[in-house]
Amino acid sequence: MRTPGRAYANPYLAGFALGVVLLAAFVTMGRGLGASGAFASSAAGVVSAVAPARAAANPYFARYLGGSGPWLDWLLIEIAGVAIGGFLSALVAGRLRVEIERGPRYTARSRLTTAFTGGAVMGLGAVLARGCTSGQALTGGALLGVGSWLFILGAFAAGYAVAPLVRREWV
Amino acid sequence: MSAPFFELGYFGDGTGLLVALVIGVAFGWCLESAGLGSARKLAAQFYLTDLTVFKVMFSAVITAMLGVFWLGRLGVLDLSRVYVPETYLLPQLIGGLVFGAGFAIGGLCPGTSCVAAVTGRLDGVALVLGMWSGVLATGLGFPALQGFYESTPRGALTLPQALHLPYGVVVSLVVLAALGGFRAAEWLEARPRAALAANHSESRATSRSLAGGVQA
Repeated sequence: MRTPGRAYANPYLAGFALGVVLLAAFVTMGRGLGASGAFASSAAGVVSAVAPARAAANPYFARYLGGSGPWLDWLLIEIAGVAIGGFLSALVAGRLRVEIERGPRYTARSRLTTAFTGGAVMGLGAVLARGCTSGQALTGGALLGVGSWLFILGAFAAGYAVAPLVRREWV
Repeated sequence: MSAPFFELGYFGDGTGLLVALVIGVAFGWCLESAGLGSARKLAAQFYLTDLTVFKVMFSAVITAMLGVFWLGRLGVLDLSRVYVPETYLLPQLIGGLVFGAGFAIGGLCPGTSCVAAVTGRLDGVALVLGMWSGVLATGLGFPALQGFYESTPRGALTLPQALHLPYGVVVSLVVLAALGGFRAAEWLEARPRAALAANHSESRATSRSLAGGVQA
C-alpha cells in the first residue's frame, strides 16, 4: 500500500507547528481550535432552514442561530480553512489521490459503512463531550481543562478497547 | 497585557472570521503534512504500529501549553480572557468513551476526516457524512439528553485548581509525561518487525515517515 507523493513530515515538527497554530488562536482570538462545532453549526443551519420553529425551540441548535447565524460561525469558517489547507498541502506534496483506505480483505462497501458508522458514533460522543479531538483534546488539553483531560483518557481507553474488534478493516 | 487581540477589541467579527480562515488553513496543512488525513495511519495508533497521532497531538499540546504559560507569565497574554472549555465530569468522560469507540471504528476524527475527504479519500467523505448525521440526530434528540449533558458541572476547572498544585508544576508534569510517552512511542514502533507481521504495510509506512524529511 505504498502511497505516492512525498513522505510525511516528522511528527514532532508537525506537532510543534500545530501547537504554534493553536497558540496563535489563543493569542489572536482568545479561543482554540475546533472541528465538531462546525458540524453542529451547519446542522443547526440546515434544521433552521427546513424547520425554523423546531430549530429555535431546540436548545442545542438555538445557540448557533444568534449573532451572525450558523453559516458564519467561527469554527465553520475555520473548518473551511482546514479543508483548503489540507488540500493545498496534499497538492504540493503530490498526495492527492482518489481511494478508499482499507485492508486487503475488506471490501470498499464495508469500509464506507464503518467510516459512516464511526462518524455517527463520534457525532454522539462529541455532542455529549462538548467537543472532539480538536476542541477538547488539543485546545482544552493545552489549557489543562479537567473535562478535556477526562475526554482524552476516555477516548484513548475506548479506542484501544474497540480497535481489536474492527481489526479486519485494516489487515 | 496586549493579547488576546480579539477579546481586547483590536479587531472585530469580520476580521475574526478572516483569522479563522487563516488559522484553519494552517491547521489543515499541519494535519495533512503529518499524514493525519490517512485513516490507515490514524487507525494504526490503536494497534500500536504507528504512533503519529500521539506524537503530533502531544507535541502540539505541550507547545501550546508552554506558550500560554510563558506568555501569561510575561504579561503578554491575559489568561482570564482565554476561553477554557467548561468541565462537566460525567458527560465528558462518557462522551470521550463513545467518541473513542467511533474513532476506532471510523479510523478518523472529525477534523482529520475533513482533510481525508478533500484529499480524495472516499472513506473520509463517508465519515464526514456520518459525523454530520450523528450530530444532527443527537441534536434533534437533545431534549432527552439535556439532563445528562448538564450534569456534574464544575465550571472552567483546570488541573492546577483540581490538584491544588501550582500552574508551573502541572505544566512541568505534563511535559515530562509527554516526553516519557514519546520514548515509549519510539520503543513501540521499533519493536521487531516479526511482531507486526500481520501489519507489514503499516510498519513500512512507519519507517518511511520516520525517515522522511520535513515539509511543514
